[in-house]
Amino acid sequence: MQQLTIFMDIESSRSYIDELYSPNQEKIMDALVTLKNSVIGSNRQKSSVIEQGIVPRLLQLMTDDCLDPNIRLEATITIGSLAKGTPENVASLVDQGTTIVLVELLKVVPTGTRLAEACLCALRSIFQQPPAPITALPADMRLLTRLTQIAREGSPTARACVVRILSIWCSGPVEQEALCAAGACAAVAALLASRGFSSPPLARALPALDLLAAMCFENANVSQVALNTRFGDKTIPELLTTLVSRDKPLAIAMGAARCLTFIHRAGALTADDTRVVFGALPCLARLCTKDMPEDIRATAAETLAYLAEVDTSLQRLAAISNHLMSSLADIVNCPSAAAKQGAFKCFASLGANDEDIRKRIIETHGLMVHVVNGMNNPEPSVRLAAVRCLHSLSRSVQQLRTTFQDHSVWRPLMQLLNDSPGTELLTVGSSTLCNLLLEFSPAKEPMLDQGAVEMLCNLTKRPEAALRLNGIWALMNMAFQAEQKVKQRILCCLGTEQMFRLLGDGDTRVIMKTLGLLRNLLSTRHHIDAIMAEYSSQVMQAVIVVLEGSYPAEVKEQALCILGNIGDGEKAKDLIMANEDVLRKLVDYLAHPESKLQEAALFVAGNLVWRGEAGAAARQARLADLGVLRALKLLRARHDAHHLHEKVKTALAQFNDFT
Amino acid sequence: MAAMGSGRGTMESQNQVQSDNVDRLKLLYPNVNEDETPLPRSWSTKDKFSYIGLSQNNLRVHYKGGTQGPGRRPHLPYLHLRLWMYRHGKTHKDAASVRATHPIPAACGLYYFEVRIVSKGRDGYMGIGLSAHGVNMNRLPGWDKHSYGYHGDDGHSFCSSGTGQPYGPTFTTGDVIGCGVNLVDNTCFYTKNGHHLGIAFRGLPPNLYPTVGLQTPGEVVDANFGQQPFVFDIEDMLRELRARTRLAIDEFPLPDEQGQWQQVLHRMVSSYLVHHGYCSTAQAFSRSTGQPIDEDIASIKNRQRISKLVLSGRIGDAIEAARRLYPGLLERDHELLLLLKCRQFVEMVNGSDSEALCADAGADADADGDANGVATSVISHVGRAPPLAANGDRAPHHNGVSECDVDMPPAANGAHDGEELPLVKGMPGVTASVSALLGRADGEGCSRASVERMLAFGRDLYAMSQDLKPDHYLKAMLEDAFSLLAYSNPWDSPNGWQLEAVWREPVCEAFNAAILEWAGLRSVSPVEACVAQSAELLRRMARAALGACAFADLPALLRR
Repeated sequence: MQQLTIFMDIESSRSYIDELYSPNQEKIMDALVTLKNSVIGSNRQKSSVIEQGIVPRLLQLMTDDCLDPNIRLEATITIGSLAKGTPENVASLVDQGTTIVLVELLKVVPTGTRLAEACLCALRSIFQQPPAPITALPADMRLLTRLTQIAREGSPTARACVVRILSIWCSGPVEQEALCAAGACAAVAALLASRGFSSPPLARALPALDLLAAMCFENANVSQVALNTRFGDKTIPELLTTLVSRDKPLAIAMGAARCLTFIHRAGALTADDTRVVFGALPCLARLCTKDMPEDIRATAAETLAYLAEVDTSLQRLAAISNHLMSSLADIVNCPSAAAKQGAFKCFASLGANDEDIRKRIIETHGLMVHVVNGMNNPEPSVRLAAVRCLHSLSRSVQQLRTTFQDHSVWRPLMQLLNDSPGTELLTVGSSTLCNLLLEFSPAKEPMLDQGAVEMLCNLTKRPEAALRLNGIWALMNMAFQAEQKVKQRILCCLGTEQMFRLLGDGDTRVIMKTLGLLRNLLSTRHHIDAIMAEYSSQVMQAVIVVLEGSYPAEVKEQALCILGNIGDGEKAKDLIMANEDVLRKLVDYLAHPESKLQEAALFVAGNLVWRGEAGAAARQARLADLGVLRALKLLRARHDAHHLHEKVKTALAQFNDFT
Repeated sequence: MAAMGSGRGTMESQNQVQSDNVDRLKLLYPNVNEDETPLPRSWSTKDKFSYIGLSQNNLRVHYKGGTQGPGRRPHLPYLHLRLWMYRHGKTHKDAASVRATHPIPAACGLYYFEVRIVSKGRDGYMGIGLSAHGVNMNRLPGWDKHSYGYHGDDGHSFCSSGTGQPYGPTFTTGDVIGCGVNLVDNTCFYTKNGHHLGIAFRGLPPNLYPTVGLQTPGEVVDANFGQQPFVFDIEDMLRELRARTRLAIDEFPLPDEQGQWQQVLHRMVSSYLVHHGYCSTAQAFSRSTGQPIDEDIASIKNRQRISKLVLSGRIGDAIEAARRLYPGLLERDHELLLLLKCRQFVEMVNGSDSEALCADAGADADADGDANGVATSVISHVGRAPPLAANGDRAPHHNGVSECDVDMPPAANGAHDGEELPLVKGMPGVTASVSALLGRADGEGCSRASVERMLAFGRDLYAMSQDLKPDHYLKAMLEDAFSLLAYSNPWDSPNGWQLEAVWREPVCEAFNAAILEWAGLRSVSPVEACVAQSAELLRRMARAALGACAFADLPALLRR
């Protein structure tokens, strides 16, 4: 039976499809109407028509100036109907150049005609099917001005279509600036304004809010323009503030709060602006509550995360608003990935700066279980958000010692990091590792067993500066007051070659952390001697490289501190004493105009001349020879080195035989 | 027409809006009938524990300690006093609360008040919340049954229990804490400095009082029951609840057998038109909808004619017509007659009634209602004010330019010189500037006679009222009407409002209802019965503590 119907369909359709190619305009018209009626509401018919290769003919009919305008209109409507079909249908239409034809048509068709409206409807249907053919719509000023004019003055359908198309099209700074220049802000303001007492209808306001958000996202210039664009006596932020109120439909309130958030984060509204504090923030907190539908809660949580990401006062306000924390804890339990990741991100923002909030997040809502589960979620976005949340919470010393330990959060984290994750996850994850590896963290030991050292050493070889930094930083933290075998393992795994490479890194912070690692490795007398026995030449070379190179003062200071540490070793002292180059540098630095370098040099000298250790007298004599004593006396006489006088005096006191 | 019946109330509220000090509480809670359920406007001087002191119109609360017992604040040297201060308030026995003067009326729908912490005193043990009548005041709110509070020292919420739940942030000096009661859902939420902290309590009982409690010396808080603007945007929540209630009404499911709306609505419209005597309209409507008209067309037309006469101010003619058409009606219903005569008197002052017209003009009064009654007032020469309703800057008191004006209420005439302001004979308590009127009226031949006729009519009216012993409302109406005589320019007097044509409408309505009743028909049209029924239901909801009544805006629903 089924076979038969399909057969009959094609048979019966043949006749009118042939008519489409007829020279008789009336016959074409009749065929078009039949075709249009047959495809409406039937994806099967749409596919069949596209497969029969009718699209090029339809496009031709649309663009032919000589034809009856009604034929052109019916052809466009039919294309629009086909564009509402399956994703494959739309892809096929795009492949056949439909988008380009529609855009070309829009450039010439007078606005306000039904043909223009039909074009826009078809184009909107195509754009709403991802991936949208963004390149088919060029950032051509004349076209954009035309489109924004339709958005301001066109029929309700035309306005909604144009704005929806542009909201999808606007995906980067180029598009943002072009739209702004074409006057899209004014068009948006007009669409958001209410007539009389009634608020703008959903179909009109929603695309406008999406467009405004797309235009303002991370764009300070456009946000500033939006701030000052008026419709009637109200600016865009004022219009948005009316829309976030409780009697508005949820989707509208959500969209308006999102726009205010983006305008704030782009720098146009300050964090203490009432439209942010009493407009966007309470609205988003309300939309996170249990009574709201899940998709709204998910978007609200994610938007709130972005709103409060950097500002401590907004984080504190959000934390007390409308039971937000309970709402978020509840959203974490929602089934959808979007909701989970929104909630994790929001928790991450709330706990970014305030220890009190972090404590409340963990204590009142038992979040750690969810975070650990989240790190094992099959959805990558949820895993990333969970790690972000963990990273935020790992800034708390107290949590590192207690909750993190209780839940062995390092285990899933290490697993994620060893499982060839994406760059973003790796960056956040390694930042979290840095915190977990702090000296007082009990997680340190088990993580070493999981191969943390090897993983971190590999990170220092990554092309991304942020990852190199996190790697070396984590190693530095790991080496802090560590056992000797840990230190040996780090040195062995990292290798001196890699260490030299890092000292030549383009990022000063990486160099600083590398030197910091050296300092941490070379601490406590016993460790110093042991390490220096093995790596003396490389370490001394590293120090000399830094002291001689053109590095900023704070880097050189680190190098001098390493020297000071070496000077604290029993046998290691001799390595410095044997190196006349280094000693002459020491004298130079004692007279250096930069006070922190003077102080560091003084620290080295102090360690070397310390009495009561074997060979102190010989060292003192040698240092006096080289002018250290004179340099110290000069330093004592200098008024600008006043704060160092105590230390100078102590050092000089060691030289009693020579004074 | 819509203003009928409730006309007077509307006028009064308009006057209130014009005056400078608007009662913000009335705007916040428009559906509350304060005669029945007064709003809390201050703390109660009686319903409080003795350690509490009140000041600043009973809006400021401070902790003063007791005059005896453990909380007594003794007369001590400074150091000892500090020691006493230190020890006092250490125990819950030192806690003290105060309730507002009245419980929260359910008809508020959403009630809200704010408390500003002026000083947290020694320890800031302050509680803000709600409690029922009779709950122990030697406690912070929240500790006992039917008592609910949010405490500043730990930020916990206390729901009829000595142990609190973590709820919100702590609060201290300078903070403004708001407490909101949703009487639709029976929930309570708090705000801090304008930020909504979330719902604190659910399932609240009705008739709770705003309550604050203090426990240590130096604690001072100020309340704002709505007389001042709030820090929190309560309007936003009110709008939400209004929209929610509107939606509930719109989406209320109807049983099928009652769902024949078209029919019901046609019947309502038709009967309304018939009731008010819109005869031709009713006939046209009947033709196009097939609705039967229950009343004789001639009968409708008779009522219509009488209504027209009343509405054009020709009450005397209307009475005459009624006597002819409905014998026995006015003889039986004396109150109606008094009402009509009273209006007739007002119209005489106005110059609209045929009896006030000069004899020659009055002859054909019945011929054409519209041609008469224009500027024929006995006192029109004084300079009739432009049509009153259109006069925007109508002063509430007269301007004192005319030297003869009396600016006293009718009853208080003792202070005036009897000769200049003679008592109107037969109308006790009514002074008049009639002599002045007459003095000036000399130029116009018929005026003096008219005034005499009017005074005679007034005397008869008064005599009639003496026999009838009318109710309070009619009595007040009579007094208002007679007082018009006290002014040389009644239109520009405090009682001048009576002269406006709109006040003929309630008279017309009463007359029409009486005629219908006389004819054995319904005295109220189904539409108006329906509106009145809905209004009554709203009142009953308010009494039954159903807060949704606050948001069922009847006029707005009718306007749609």
